[in-house]
Amino acid sequence: MSVDQATVKRVARLARIKVKDEDVPRIAGELNEILAFVEQLNEVDVSGVEPLTSVVAMKMKMRDDVVSDGGIPKDVTKNAPAAEDDFFMVPKVVE
Amino acid sequence: MTSLTTLTIAEARAKLKARDISAAELTEDYIKAVEAARGLNAYIVETPEQARASAKASDLRFKAGTAGELEGIPLGIKDLFATRGVHTQACSHILDKFQPTYESTVTANLFREGAVMLGKLNMDEFAMGSSNETSYYGPVTNPWRRKNSNAALVPGGSSGGSASAVAAHICAAATATDTGGSIRQPAAFTGTVGIKPTYGRCSRWGIVAFASSLDQAGPIARDVRDAAIMLKVMASVDPKDTTSVDRPVPDYEAVLGKSVKGLRIGIPREYRPDGLPAEIDALWNKGAEWLKAQGAEVVEISLPHTKYALPAYYIVAPAEASSNLARYDGVRYGLRVPGNDLIDTYENTRAAGFGPEVQRRIMIGTYVLSAGYYDAYYVRAQKVRTLIKQDFDKAWEKVDVVLTPATPSAAFAPGEITDPVQMYLNDVFTVTVNMAGLPGIAVPAGLSEQGLPLGLQLIGKPFDEETLFQTAYALEQAAGKFTAPKWW
Repeated sequence: MSVDQATVKRVARLARIKVKDEDVPRIAGELNEILAFVEQLNEVDVSGVEPLTSVVAMKMKMRDDVVSDGGIPKDVTKNAPAAEDDFFMVPKVVE
Repeated sequence: MTSLTTLTIAEARAKLKARDISAAELTEDYIKAVEAARGLNAYIVETPEQARASAKASDLRFKAGTAGELEGIPLGIKDLFATRGVHTQACSHILDKFQPTYESTVTANLFREGAVMLGKLNMDEFAMGSSNETSYYGPVTNPWRRKNSNAALVPGGSSGGSASAVAAHICAAATATDTGGSIRQPAAFTGTVGIKPTYGRCSRWGIVAFASSLDQAGPIARDVRDAAIMLKVMASVDPKDTTSVDRPVPDYEAVLGKSVKGLRIGIPREYRPDGLPAEIDALWNKGAEWLKAQGAEVVEISLPHTKYALPAYYIVAPAEASSNLARYDGVRYGLRVPGNDLIDTYENTRAAGFGPEVQRRIMIGTYVLSAGYYDAYYVRAQKVRTLIKQDFDKAWEKVDVVLTPATPSAAFAPGEITDPVQMYLNDVFTVTVNMAGLPGIAVPAGLSEQGLPLGLQLIGKPFDEETLFQTAYALEQAAGKFTAPKWW
């Protein structure tokens, strides 16, 4: 599988990273080099093999369904580039 | 008087306990050493006032008889660990000015036992790199140089600041993290000891996430004993990380010096790829001979899926990274570059905030997870991961520990490797361990012809860090320790 320039633009859009038009061919080249490298996995017979979901066999731990944290809106918004009255500020999203 | 920075943790611990030195004196010598070594760019933030205050508190606890296991020991902390009120940016521009209001579990464990923080250490951006060249704060210099040369070398990565600082004696030891080799490769490049414990041994809570099924914290230290002291304190079960395991943390120091007689050491034939430098091959043989001479049995084994670990890693790790790094949106923390609307703001922020390597991995990860490709890439890679793990499961029927080279080369020069895939090959011997969730330790074993440190790696069974420390200590006894001649 090889990535063309339209695919680079689509993936960049999905990843929410703005890419300049002049950089698209370079990025396509780099992605194709990496994809060519991972292509060798196709040599491996994986029929009947389960995908690994956990490296250590363990039962998922459950915690009590109670509130264990919260009530710290100032802490939560402290590092925001823009915050007001304990809310994150973003550009207008509804017309 | 010689600087107290020459002391290992074990040596400093004994002197502190005997009240031969004070924590304040020890910290003061380190603060001076840190300032004098700024040219290495190992620290990106120094916290001398905080360190002095902690050391003073440590001295009071020594006086009161309530000293912890690392009381008064000055450490460097990788910038990936959240430290309350102190710069925590994973060495990325996108986390500009981020100062968490909480403490990572690993650093909280260290501070609970009295450790002193000297500052935050440089690293590859979001731990993505093998040379510390992707840091937003610039590259780190390795204290080691080639014989008869003044040219700078990289310390490896991603924990390059940690490795460089430990090798330069500008901290007693450092925290680090390892997703594909980020503790063991820089340890090997700097003549230090680095252990990546079993997945789940240390809590990941408060460590900036890269690839959650692979990330694990561990120490970089000057010798095997110091690494054992550090890991004992760093490891814990944590309700805030469901993947942390509820098993007692052994006293790793207790196994040091225990004979390796009768221990079965596996030598995997697949770790001898074409083009492996002769001196690394020779070092590996020497390591096996040293253990044999101490009574261990050397057994050739096969780990047939070894060559597929790195390509599988370059699907799994970017996929998880693309998901983890989705949170950096310019809204909740860090950098914001305004755009015409919200999506434009996201896109501008992420284009400006992430460096080229991070963008590349997010793009690869987004691609392999996108509709229609998920099974062909991600699911296949996770199946290959099962096969890699099964290779080791079979090996454990025959051997107790596996011995391999740590890296395919000694430290290289900045700018020497520009091709991404060539850079990825640095992790060819270390990445299998992350894919299988196993513990691995890098131990310095000798110097190259050019006078640079070379390391060997030991791989253990899940949660058998004790056998790793025991065997690593035996190697260290045979190989000796290596200190970079001071020039900085």
